[in-house]
Amino acid sequence: MAIEVRIPTILRTYTDGAKQVEGSGSTLAELFSDLDQRHGGLRERLVDDKGLRRFVNVYLNDEDVRFISGLDTPVKDGDTVTVLPAVAGGSR
Amino acid sequence: MLTITRDLYDKIVAHARADHPDEACGVIAGPAGSDRPQRFIAMMNAERSPTFYRFDSAEQFRVWRDMDDNDEEPVVIYHSHTATEAYPSRTDISYASEPQAHYVLVSTREGDATEFRSYRIIEGVVTEEPVTVVE
Repeated sequence: MAIEVRIPTILRTYTDGAKQVEGSGSTLAELFSDLDQRHGGLRERLVDDKGLRRFVNVYLNDEDVRFISGLDTPVKDGDTVTVLPAVAGGSR
Repeated sequence: MLTITRDLYDKIVAHARADHPDEACGVIAGPAGSDRPQRFIAMMNAERSPTFYRFDSAEQFRVWRDMDDNDEEPVVIYHSHTATEAYPSRTDISYASEPQAHYVLVSTREGDATEFRSYRIIEGVVTEEPVTVVE
């Protein structure tokens, strides 16, 4: 068992085109570090020194991790983590 | 070039007019790889703002999962500007991250005419494209 991570089109350059990859860790931060060992550069697109980048939404199963504990959100085998590009903008 | 049916074009304009002076936003899904917008999905603007929009993250999750299940993708991502021209702002460009999508902007700043324009936004580069409306 592992944690399944769904990758959006824009980030599949880091996963050799794969829509879905697997990783491990006990928190989201650990999971992203683990993924980065096989998919170098991916972590950098998801987090910065302040935490999750505002350009991405990350969901644990079907819940936005910003409403759980952000990068400290606990994860476990069998979970699905979904990354989507945030859709936002405006006239300014 | 964006080719869009009259019906979908009118739905975008109607949504933008209904939410004015706040920005309206949404998606038109289509079969993956087809470049044909077919299924209109008006999204909530979680910001409820005249100068900013953001898809509600929970709603976006459901809509993107449904598209995935239907083998669809976002062919059009639209939003309105309510006091400025229908041209992507710096914020719009920084967030644009669906390389296959047509980014449609409408402006409702004039009460009687709605500006409707379409762009590709790839790695920060904006390219306007013609819009063809078909019946």
